[in-house]
Amino acid sequence: MRFIDRAGFERLLNELRALGFDLIGPTVRDGAIVLDHIGGAADLPQGVREIQDAGRYRLVKQPDHLMFAWAHGPDSGKRFLFPAREDLATITKTNGSLKSRPAAPLDTDRPLAFIGLRSCDLHAIAVQDRVFLNGAVADPHYARRRRDAFFVGVNCGSPGGTCFCASMGTGPRCTTGFDIALTELDEDGFLAEVGTERGEEVLHAIGTRASTEEEEADAERIRRGAVETMGRELRTDDMPSLLYRNREHPRWAEVAERCLACGNCTSACPTCFCHDVVDTSDITGVTATRTREWASCFSSEFSHIVGMDVRATREARYRQWLTHKFAAWIDQFGTSGCVGCGRCITWCPVGIDVTEEIDAIRRTDGARQKEEVPA
Amino acid sequence: MTAPALLSRTAAGFTPPLAGDETLDRPAVIRRVVRETPDTRTFWLSLADPDARAAYRFLPGQFNMLYVFGVGEVPISVSSDPGLPTRLAHTIRSTGRVTDAIGALRVGDVVGLRGPFGTPWPMQAAEGSDLLIVAGGLGLAPVRPAIYEALRERHAYRRVIVLVGARGPEHMLYRGLLDAWHEWMRSRRMEVSLTVDVADDAWPYGEGVVTTLFDGARIDPDRTTAFVCGPEIMMSFAIRGLLARDVPPDRVYLSMERNMQCGVRLCGHCQFGPTFVCADGPVFRYDRIADLLGAHAL
Repeated sequence: MRFIDRAGFERLLNELRALGFDLIGPTVRDGAIVLDHIGGAADLPQGVREIQDAGRYRLVKQPDHLMFAWAHGPDSGKRFLFPAREDLATITKTNGSLKSRPAAPLDTDRPLAFIGLRSCDLHAIAVQDRVFLNGAVADPHYARRRRDAFFVGVNCGSPGGTCFCASMGTGPRCTTGFDIALTELDEDGFLAEVGTERGEEVLHAIGTRASTEEEEADAERIRRGAVETMGRELRTDDMPSLLYRNREHPRWAEVAERCLACGNCTSACPTCFCHDVVDTSDITGVTATRTREWASCFSSEFSHIVGMDVRATREARYRQWLTHKFAAWIDQFGTSGCVGCGRCITWCPVGIDVTEEIDAIRRTDGARQKEEVPA
Repeated sequence: MTAPALLSRTAAGFTPPLAGDETLDRPAVIRRVVRETPDTRTFWLSLADPDARAAYRFLPGQFNMLYVFGVGEVPISVSSDPGLPTRLAHTIRSTGRVTDAIGALRVGDVVGLRGPFGTPWPMQAAEGSDLLIVAGGLGLAPVRPAIYEALRERHAYRRVIVLVGARGPEHMLYRGLLDAWHEWMRSRRMEVSLTVDVADDAWPYGEGVVTTLFDGARIDPDRTTAFVCGPEIMMSFAIRGLLARDVPPDRVYLSMERNMQCGVRLCGHCQFGPTFVCADGPVFRYDRIADLLGAHAL
């Protein structure tokens, strides 16, 4: 392990910029910690804490200069690696025929360096990798950005009130998908762990010193404290079958009474990958564009087929989302679709809590709706 | 996008295959348009590029994504003979924005084509058994290639039984072909029975839903493999009828329909339980999805 002081952290960001990376990091805007393009350490939050609970997110100021004493805002790596809207192909009409070409790359031609992603969000990227890279067909747009990206993870010392990564086995300590992982020890500096050879090279370039036993013990204490202060818990045993065998559980109708089907949960979720494929044409009628846009399984048209929306009710849609996330995902991709970040709980306008919904089903496992639902 | 020289090695955890051209349309020319019913036409397409045309193969039950310039894409099963893959029939009912736009196209117009996608009817699994095809309405289109295939390899199957239902005579697809097949049934040992929910005076076949044809078909449960295709409600009744006649659940196959937008397991719209219908289907063995069919609005 290495020790980096505050000045060393600034050198790290400068080094990544000098190497040609576009820095993506946390910054405070509109009362939330969001991810955006940053210039350097000055753009990061300082002395900011989060209060997160079901349907609740607030920032509070503290008289210190800690940069990472919070869990995460609504953004995750998804917004950059799998943007909400992206052109896939350009189709031109020529001599009565048509020609389809991959669309030009989006906004930047510089590789991205992510600063300060938590273990949950690094795991979320690994989950999306299974969708966009490791399936029958790899997505070239995602692959291009993902291939060159650099990840500076930060171990979480202040989990949010809706966090349950410890239950999902995805945190709070960074264990995968990072080039460098930091633990913010105090206002003076970070403990740095190397994840890859290129992480090593970057640390070497900026100059660090070996960490002391005391600093390593501090980091361990911070990580252990994070596990103990995790806001939520979830039992994950018996997945996927728990949700498969409870497709007709009365809880689905009950939660549908509260759910607004607004899609906040699917937008804030760092792993939700469903999208619409939308075709448009320019005004000349010569060039057409195929675009993908984030879609939510909470919309009625999501499941539209000729003559009907398959999941016409909120009940069916909530069941689809939760069952996909926690159960079907395991069959589809060999991993849960949930990394326990709790964003879907925090950003739900009515505070629906997935851990509570799953617990409710578990407590009354096998219950069925009284009335037969017509097919 | 170029990685900095120092960092040319791939990022943490990165192990990608890169995509082929599955997401890009290939131009296909409309060679012929046949009116099947008042709202349904069959479009015969040829890939414009000679090399692509010569290389294209499909299996019975697979589908293509057809693209109308500037309007959008729809998944459409190939309904022609897999042995003649240079001309591809797509039987399309005008029911929405894209299918209406396709309906307005003429011979010589060009559409985009991606595919083929999806799982085929398991012709080999049916070999040596009685092949029973049960189709309802537009559901005849995705199984027609299986019928062509069975006729070409007629010796591989025992009986070939085709049972087709439609709402009325004017909604029966491929009427001329079915009449011809019906006539052949003695010489080619293919048994074709047709029925409509509501007949008219000119209708020479049966009246009633497609399951009313089961009794006359003399289904032998010990040696039948069934391919079922049609609206979901029709398939569930047909499968119930087959199981009631002791056809084993693992000898019944069906073709599912869900919203398909990408064809390559990425967009998520076609999920049906843990399956992606575009890639794990559309053809499923019944026993493998029986629990999913039992749940409402999945």
